[in-house]
Amino acid sequence: MKNKYLFIFFVMFFIAKISLAQVRLLSINQLENRIQQGKDTVYVVNFWATWCAPCVKELPNFEKLSQTYKNQPLKVILMSVDFKSKLEKAVVPFVRRNKIQSEVYVINEKSEQGYIDKVSKDWTGSLPATLIVNKLKNSRKFYEREFTYPQLEEVYLANK
Amino acid sequence: MKTAGINFKSHFLLLLIIVSSNFAKAQTGYKVGDLAKDFSLKNVDNKMVVLADYPDAKGFFVIFTCNHCPYAKMYEQRIMDLDKKFAPQGYPVIAINPNDPKAYPEDSFENMKKRSAEKKYTFPYLLDETQDIAKTYGAKATPHVYLLQKTKRGLEVAYIGAIDNDTENVNQSGRNNYADNAVEAIMKNKKPQITQTKAIGCSIKWKDEN
Repeated sequence: MKNKYLFIFFVMFFIAKISLAQVRLLSINQLENRIQQGKDTVYVVNFWATWCAPCVKELPNFEKLSQTYKNQPLKVILMSVDFKSKLEKAVVPFVRRNKIQSEVYVINEKSEQGYIDKVSKDWTGSLPATLIVNKLKNSRKFYEREFTYPQLEEVYLANK
Repeated sequence: MKTAGINFKSHFLLLLIIVSSNFAKAQTGYKVGDLAKDFSLKNVDNKMVVLADYPDAKGFFVIFTCNHCPYAKMYEQRIMDLDKKFAPQGYPVIAINPNDPKAYPEDSFENMKKRSAEKKYTFPYLLDETQDIAKTYGAKATPHVYLLQKTKRGLEVAYIGAIDNDTENVNQSGRNNYADNAVEAIMKNKKPQITQTKAIGCSIKWKDEN
């Protein structure tokens, strides 16, 4: 009997843990697949890192955008470029602590040389950076800059 | 009247093109092969450093870096190693901090002095207070390397980008040491195989952004 409760407790604990912070590794090709096969029309992909202060500052704006337009075919994806080895140590605790609701991934690529250009030729590699893909318009816009909420909303509305 | 109008229009267009092309230039900074500008920036010992004051140098590693950025920290030892290895061969490191210390107090001049003393930097660590040099060079993030070579034309940009492709320092055997390879090549009067790379870094905090 005791074991049964213990078991239920552990199951609940793990469900809670998973639903709170599920962060997976994702390559750029997988990101493109996620976008192409997803049901939404507009994908706002923010490239950030837990160590990047301006990124951390603007993350709530992406969360707010997602919340504000939750009835529209918009998906916000937070792509962390933290090192893979920091997934459990830094990214998951960060996502939990800040109760991040958006989809969060950690980039799964060997070399920065390869993936920076794959995301955009215009990207020099500085953070934060944001990619907005509209599948219906077949458009792909890249922004190597920080966004305030009104600025982010403006570029979303311009690209939706 | 009509011709005057057209003239005005075409002049205006020409002006617009000139202005926008200058603007584009300011935005993108140097490319490999461009001639780099010398500068006079304050070092952590309060003296001004000018590249022309190094008559024996064959070139320079001008590296935009800073105190606060985790990527710059990751590369700090490798920047120190570059200077130890290549300064005796005529290519010293000149480190420049372009960040606005208001945005990152860790990048203040006082903290630059502390960092340089603590780590016993063997190279100058300069403050780009007006951020003009970072803008002229086109640095966007830290750390960002510009390898310059003294030629008859002036200080020619030979390589722009990352130090290597192993930021996390986990793959020393499979690593491509871009900066090392580039300087080794130019010392042999060859063009580096790779002249431009990209790397993740902390974006430089510009003063006029606030």
